[in-house]
Amino acid sequence: MLRAALSLLALPLAGAAEQPTQKPESLGEPLPGLELFRWQWHEVEAPYLVALWILVASLAKIVFHLSRKVTSLVPESCLLILLGLVLGGIVLAVAKKAEYQLEPGTFFLFLLPPIVLDSGYFMPSRLFFDNLGAILTYAVVGTLWNAFTTGAALWGLQQAGLVAPRVQAGLLDFLLFGSLISAVDPVAVLAVFEEVHVNETLFIIVFGESLLNDAVTVVLYKVCNSFVEMGSANVQATDYLKGVASLFVVSLGGAAVGLVFAFLLALTTRFTKRVRIIEPLLVFLLAYAAYLTAEMASLSAILAVTMCGLGCKKYVEANISHKSRTTVKYTMKTLASCAETVIFMLLGISAVDSSKWAWDSGLVLGTLIFILFFRALGVVLQTWVLNQFRLVPLDKIDQVVMSYGGLRGAVAFALVILLDRTKVPAKDYFVATTIVVVFFTVIVQGLTIKPLVKWLKVKRSEHHKPTLNQELHEHTFDHILAAVEDVVGHHGYHYWRDRWEQFDKKYLSQLLMRRSAYRIRDQIWDVYYRLNIRDAISFVDQGGHVLSSTGLTLPSMPSRNSMAETSVTNLLRESGSGACLDLQVIDTVRSGRDREDAVMHHLLCGGLYKPRRRDRAKDRTLWHATKDFPPVLHGSSVFGYKASCSRHFISEDAQERQDKEVFQQNMKRRLESFKSTKHNICFTKSKPRPRKTGRRKDGVANAEATNGKPRDLGFQDTAAVILTVESEEEEEDSDSSETEKEDDEGIIFVARATSEVLQEGKVSGSLEVCPSPRIIPPSPTCAEKELPWKSGQGDLAVYVSSETTKIVPVDMQTGWNQSMSSLESLASPPCNQAPTLTCLPPHPRGAEEPQAPLYPPSDPHPSFAFPPSLAKAGRSHSESSADLPQQQELQPLMGHKDHTHLSPGTNSHWCIQFNRGSRL
Amino acid sequence: MTKNYSGLDVSSAKIEKLWSGREDFQRIPELAINPLGDRIINAFFPEGEDQVNFRGFMRTLAHFRPIEDNEKSKDVNGPEPLNSRSNKLHFAFRLYDLDKDDKISRDELLQVLRMMVGVNISDEQLGSIADRTIQEADQDGDSAISFTEFVKVLEKVDVEQKMSIRFLH
Repeated sequence: MLRAALSLLALPLAGAAEQPTQKPESLGEPLPGLELFRWQWHEVEAPYLVALWILVASLAKIVFHLSRKVTSLVPESCLLILLGLVLGGIVLAVAKKAEYQLEPGTFFLFLLPPIVLDSGYFMPSRLFFDNLGAILTYAVVGTLWNAFTTGAALWGLQQAGLVAPRVQAGLLDFLLFGSLISAVDPVAVLAVFEEVHVNETLFIIVFGESLLNDAVTVVLYKVCNSFVEMGSANVQATDYLKGVASLFVVSLGGAAVGLVFAFLLALTTRFTKRVRIIEPLLVFLLAYAAYLTAEMASLSAILAVTMCGLGCKKYVEANISHKSRTTVKYTMKTLASCAETVIFMLLGISAVDSSKWAWDSGLVLGTLIFILFFRALGVVLQTWVLNQFRLVPLDKIDQVVMSYGGLRGAVAFALVILLDRTKVPAKDYFVATTIVVVFFTVIVQGLTIKPLVKWLKVKRSEHHKPTLNQELHEHTFDHILAAVEDVVGHHGYHYWRDRWEQFDKKYLSQLLMRRSAYRIRDQIWDVYYRLNIRDAISFVDQGGHVLSSTGLTLPSMPSRNSMAETSVTNLLRESGSGACLDLQVIDTVRSGRDREDAVMHHLLCGGLYKPRRRDRAKDRTLWHATKDFPPVLHGSSVFGYKASCSRHFISEDAQERQDKEVFQQNMKRRLESFKSTKHNICFTKSKPRPRKTGRRKDGVANAEATNGKPRDLGFQDTAAVILTVESEEEEEDSDSSETEKEDDEGIIFVARATSEVLQEGKVSGSLEVCPSPRIIPPSPTCAEKELPWKSGQGDLAVYVSSETTKIVPVDMQTGWNQSMSSLESLASPPCNQAPTLTCLPPHPRGAEEPQAPLYPPSDPHPSFAFPPSLAKAGRSHSESSADLPQQQELQPLMGHKDHTHLSPGTNSHWCIQFNRGSRL
Repeated sequence: MTKNYSGLDVSSAKIEKLWSGREDFQRIPELAINPLGDRIINAFFPEGEDQVNFRGFMRTLAHFRPIEDNEKSKDVNGPEPLNSRSNKLHFAFRLYDLDKDDKISRDELLQVLRMMVGVNISDEQLGSIADRTIQEADQDGDSAISFTEFVKVLEKVDVEQKMSIRFLH
C-alpha cells in the first residue's frame, strides 16, 4: 500500500533523473529509445523511506495538536508510541513481517545525537553547575545503585523460583539487564518533563542525571556484557578493577572529547567573519564529530555531546551572527523534535514484532516493581545524604517527583536489542521486559505525572521575563558571596566560580571570542540588549497595523505632490539651489513615511531607552551624512539618515564590529530620527525653529547666523502659504479619505499662532486621556505628559506595555470626528491661553528637566556650518538631539510666534493634527 | 549571637589574623580583583571606623547564613535574625546606596555598573542600562530605587539561596 503510494510520488522524480547512459541493458530490447517513464524505486528507497517516516511522524504531531484537550492531558510521547503501535500493526498486517523497527545503529548514530546536542546546547549552564553535585550523585551513585539492586533482586527472584525456569540467566545476566534497564532516559525525561513544567531545580536534577548517567550506563553495560561473554568463571579480580577504572576513562574521556571539540568549535567560529553562512553548519558538524569520536573511542558519546554543547555555547553565541544564532537554534530544535518523534514512533512499531520477544510474567512484573522501588529508595537515600550539604534541601515532594520521573526509554531498548542472543540466552525475555518497562514508564508514568505534580502542588517553574534588575542584582549577589568567601578564606563554590570567571575572562574568552565580540561582551549588557529587541519587536507587532495602513496609502496621493512641491521648492528657493521633480516626488513619499515614522517613534520612544549621550554623536554623523548629500535630499532628514544608516549597517557587518552593536546604534538612530520627525510633524514649527535660531546664534556659520532671523521669518511665511494651499485642497478633495488628508498635511503643517498651538497640544492630550484644561507649551510632550504611561518620568522613557500600544489604532473616522468636536469645544478659549505662552519656561515638562543640562540649548554641533537649504533637515536633526532643551528655547520662539499670522486654513489643519494626536 | 556560628571555627584562625583593620582586607588578592571588593570591605566596617572587632565581623557574616526551617520557631520573640531575607537584601542594597539616603540614584547605579560591567561598554550604553534598570524598578516616579522597590523587583529571585553560603551553617 505504502509502496504503491510511494512509487506514484516517485514518478516525476524518476522521470527527471533518467539518463540515457544509465539505461539498463537488461531490458532485452535493442535500445528502446527514450523512455517516458521509468521506475527507479530501489535507487531512492532508503532516503525516501526515511523522509516518509519523518513526514508521517510530523503529520501525526500536527494531528495531535489539533485538539488541545488531548495534548494537555496526554503527553506527546505517549501518543506517538501509541501511533507507532498502530502503524506497526498495519505494517505487520500488510507486509506480513515487522519492518521499520528501531535499529540500534540508527538510533545511536542518527537519532540520539540531535536530542542530546539540543539539550546540552540549551542547558541553562548556571543552573546546571549550581546543582552539579546533586546531578552527579544521582547520575553516578544512583545509576550504579539501580543497576546492582535491580539485577541482584531479579536474580533473587529467579532463585526464589518466581521467574519461569525457561529464562536461562545467571547473576551476571541479570546484572547486565539491570545495568541497561536502570538508566533514566534523557529522551523520555525530556519529552515528559517539558510538558510538566516543574521548577527549574527539580528539572535540572532529573534531566541532568539522565544525561550524565550515560557514562555509567555505557560502562556498566560494556563491562557486564564482556563479563557475560567471557563467562563468569573467567572473570578475574583485575577485570573488576578494570571495570572500575573504565568508568573513569569512559566518563572523563567522553567529557574531555566534548570539551576539546567545544574548544575547536569556538575557535573555528571566531574566524567565520566572512563566511557567515557556514556558521550553523560548523556547530552541527563539530558537535556531531564529537559524538562520533567519542563513540569511536568507546567513550560516553552522550557525555561528549553534552559537554560540547555546554562548553561551546557561550563563545559560539558571541561569535556567530544573529541570524546564525537563530538558525542554529531552530535547526537544533527541529532536528531534536524530529528525532524524538521518530524514536517514539519507531519504539511503538518495534513493540509489535512478537518474534523478537518472549513473555514471562514473573520477570516483567518483578522488573517493574523493582525499578520503581529501588529508584524511590535510591532517591530517598541519596537525597538524605545530599541534604546534609545542600543549601536548599530537596523536600519530600521533590523526592517523589524525582523517583516517579525516572523514565526509561529508547536507550534501554536499543541496548537490549544489541545483546547477543548466543551469549545471553534470555535475550528475548529481556527484550520483552524492556519493552514493557519502557511502555509503562512512558505511558503510565508519563500520563500520571502531570496530575501527580498538580496534586502534590510541586513548585512549578514560573516563566517571568528576565529583568535588568534581576540580572544586575544577581551579579551583585555573586560578587558579594565570592568576596565573603575570600574574606573568610573559605574556598567554596563561589570562590571557584569566581576564579573560573576570572580565568575565562582573562584567557579563554580572549582566545575564543572575536575581539569585537569580546569587547562588548557582558551579561548585563546582553540582557539589556535582548530586552530592547523584545520591546521593539512587540511594538512593531502591535503597531504594525497602523503603520502599514498609513504607509500604504501614502504614495498614492495626488494632492500631496503639489503640496510637497511647494514646500520643497520653497525650501530650495531659500537655499538657492535648483530642484528636480524626481527628487520632489521622492520627498513627498518621504514625508508620508515621516509621519509613519512619527507614529512609530512615539510608540518606540515610550518603550525604548535612548542613551542620552549617543544622541549627539548620532546627530553628528547624521549631519555628516546629510552634508554630503545634495541639499534637496535633506528635505526630510530621516531618509538621508536612514540611508546612511543602512549603508552603515552593511559596512559595519563587514567590519569587525558585530551586528549587535550596529543594531543597537541603528535602533538608537532610528529612534532619534523618529523623534525628530515626530516633532517636526506633530508640533508646529515653533519647536524646530528655536533650535534653528539657537544654532544659528551659536555662530557656527557666521554668515548664516546673521541671516538667521530673517530667514526664519521667511520660512514661516512660506509655511503659511503652504498651509493655505493645504486647506484649500482639503476642501476641494473632500472625498479623499481621512488618511489621505492626514498625509497631505505632511511636513507642511505649520500652524504659527501660538494660541492655536497651545490648543492643539492640549487637545491632542485630552483626546487621549484627560480633558484637563492645562496650559502646555506647544511641545511634543504635551500629549505625552498627559498620557498615562508618560506620567512620572519624562526623560527616562517609560516602558510602554503592550496595552498602551493598543491605543494606537484608533479608527480614522472616529478620530477625525472626535477631533472635530473637541476642536469646536475648544474654539473659544484660545485667547485665554495666548498670554500663557510667556509662562512657558516655568512650565517645563517636569521629569525631563534634569536631562536638559545634558544638551545645552545652544548648538550641539558647533563644528558644523549648515547651509540654509538644510534648514529643514536641521530642524529635525536638532529635534533628535534635544527635545528637552527646546523648552528652554521656547521663549525666543514665542516672540516669533507672536509675529506669525493666523492662516485662514488653520481650522482644517487643526483637525488633522487632532486626528494625529488621537492616533498617537 | 556569635556562639551560633561555631561552624566558622574552621576559618577562625584566619579571621583572627584578618580582623583588625581595613588594610588586612585589602591585602586579600582575590578581593582586589572583585569588582565590588571595596564596597564589600566597607560593609564589614562600622560607620567611619577602620577597625572591626570579631563580633562585628561575625555580625556581618551572619547575613549569609542559610535560612533554616527551624529558624522561625527559635527567634519568635527576638529581633529579626540577621540572615532573614529582608536583611540579606538590605546588605546588598547598602552596597549600592553610598549616600545612605535609602535610595539608589542613577549615579549610584552607574557607579556600580561601571565597576561590574566590562570597560568596553561605553558610557552612554551604561547610562541607558542604568536608565532602564531604574525604570523597571521605579514605582513612585522619583527616578531612584528605594529599598521597597528593590525588594519588589527581586521578589521572584531566590534570595535565600543566592545570598547564602553553605559553610555558615
